[in-house]
Amino acid sequence: MIRFENVQKRYPGGREALAGVSFRLERGEMAFLTGPSGAGKSTLLKLVALIERPTRGTVLVNQQNTSRIGRRRVPYFRQRIGVVFQDHKLLYDRTVFDNVALPLVIAGMRPRETGRRVRAALDQVGLLDRESHRPITLSTGEQQRVGIARAVAGRPEVVIADEPTGNLDPGLSFEIMRLFERFNEVGVTLLIATHDLDLIGPLGHRRIELAGGRLTADSGG
Amino acid sequence: MIARWLRLHLENLVGALGRIGNSALGAVLNVLVVAIALALPASMRVLIANADGMAPAFENAADFTVYLKLDVDEDRGRDLGAAIEAREDVESTRFVSNIEGLAELRARAGFGGALDALTENPLPHVIKVRPAADAIGAIAALADELQALEETELVQLDRLWVERLEAILGLGGRIVDIVTVLLGAAVILVIGNTIRLEINNRRTEIEVLKLVGATDGFIRRPFLYMGLCLGALGALAAAALLAAGLLLLARPVGSLAALYAADFSLSGLTLEGHAVLVGGGSLLGWAGAWIATARRLRAIEPA
Repeated sequence: MIRFENVQKRYPGGREALAGVSFRLERGEMAFLTGPSGAGKSTLLKLVALIERPTRGTVLVNQQNTSRIGRRRVPYFRQRIGVVFQDHKLLYDRTVFDNVALPLVIAGMRPRETGRRVRAALDQVGLLDRESHRPITLSTGEQQRVGIARAVAGRPEVVIADEPTGNLDPGLSFEIMRLFERFNEVGVTLLIATHDLDLIGPLGHRRIELAGGRLTADSGG
Repeated sequence: MIARWLRLHLENLVGALGRIGNSALGAVLNVLVVAIALALPASMRVLIANADGMAPAFENAADFTVYLKLDVDEDRGRDLGAAIEAREDVESTRFVSNIEGLAELRARAGFGGALDALTENPLPHVIKVRPAADAIGAIAALADELQALEETELVQLDRLWVERLEAILGLGGRIVDIVTVLLGAAVILVIGNTIRLEINNRRTEIEVLKLVGATDGFIRRPFLYMGLCLGALGALAAAALLAAGLLLLARPVGSLAALYAADFSLSGLTLEGHAVLVGGGSLLGWAGAWIATARRLRAIEPA
C-alpha cells in the first residue's frame, strides 16, 4: 500500500531529513513509525501525503508513483488518504459536523450522503452528541477525535497520523490508539508516527524505527 | 451534476454574503469606497445624458434664416415660405417681408437716422425656418437644400451654439470614459486588496483545506464570490447615492428650467443603466478577486 524505495529528502539549506529509506507497508497493515525528534518521521509522512516531494528515490502509494502526480492532481490524491495531525488542524469557525464534512464537501458528495457519513464517523469516535459544537469548546482529546473522524469520513484506504497523541495524557492516548486499531480491523492501512514507546509497546504492532534519517529497525515487513 | 454545481455556487454566494455581513464595519467601508468610485462616473454619465436631452429644449437655437435674392418679390417669397413649411423636416416658417424687416431694424437700435437717408429699401425678403424637432441632426442637409434654391441668396444657420454644446458634450463624454476606466481600475484594486487581506486572515484555513484535498478552484471560489458581492453591493450603494444626488438637484434644476421657460427635468439612471452599473460593479469585483487570488493561493502550501 505504501512503498518507499531508497528515498532521500534534503531540504533547501542542505539539511538531510531522510537518507535512503526503503520499506513497504502492505494493504491492511498497521505500523508505528518511531524514533527521536528529528529522526525524519514527519518528513516521511509528508512524502506520503505529497506535502513534500522526495529529492531522490520513489514513493508509491496505492501502487501510484507519487512523483508522477502533477500539482493539479495532488488534491485528488489527497482526497483518497486520511491525515491526522498532532495539532488537529481543525477549523475553529465551523462546527464539529462541518469540520468532519469538509473532505466530503470537497469531494462533491450529496448533502444527504455527507450527513450520513459524518454521523457514522462521529459515532465511531464517540462524539455524535457534539456535532453542533464548536471545536474550541471541546477538550484536546475530543478535538483529536474530531480530527480522526475527519480523516476517516471519506473512507480512505490509507490513514497516516503524525504524533496523534502528542498532546494527550496516557489514558487518552491509549484510547486514541484503540480507535486506530478499530479502523485497522475493518481494513484501513495505518501508519502512525509517535515517539511514545511506552504507549505502543503493549499494542504489539509493527514498528518502523528511524534515526538520523535512516531506517534502524523494522519489526515486520 | 448541474444541481450539484448550482448548490456549490449558491453555498459560496451565501457564504460570501455572510462573511461580508460578519466583518461589519470593514466591509461597509469597502462597499462605500466602491460605491463612491462607481457613483462618480455613473453620475457624470447621467448628467451628460441629461444635457444631451436638454439640447432640444433650446430648439429655437436650431432655427435658421433664408435671405432671398433682391429680385424675388413678396408673393413669390410667401409661396416659397409655405412650400418650405410643407416639408416634413420643417416645423414652421415665418415670412418676414423687407418692409417688416426694415421696421424691425428701425425699432431695434439707433439706426433710425441712417435708415431715413435711404431712398429705397435695401433689405431682401426673409424666411425664418424652424426645423422639426426630430430633424435636428440633419439641419446641415436641410440648409444645403435651401441654399440650392434659385431664389436663395444666403442661408444663415443659428446653430453654432448647438454645435458648441455638442462639442462640449462630446468632450465631456470622452472625459467620462477616461474617469470610468480609472475608477474602474480603482475598484479592482480596492477589492483586490480586500481579498488579499482576507486571504491572509484565512491562511490557516486555506492550508487545512489543501491538506484535506481541496482543489485550487474550490479554495478560490469563495474569494471570487466575495469580490463579486463587494462589487455588486458597491454598485447598489452607488445607485442609491446617485438617486439621492438627483433628488437633491431636482428642485434647483426645476427652478432654473422655469426661468428659461424650458420644459425640462432631470432624469435618473434608466433600467438598462442600472443593469450596466450593477453588472459592471460585480464584474470589476470578480476581476479584482481573480487577480488577487491568482498567484497568492498557489503560494500557500501546507508545510
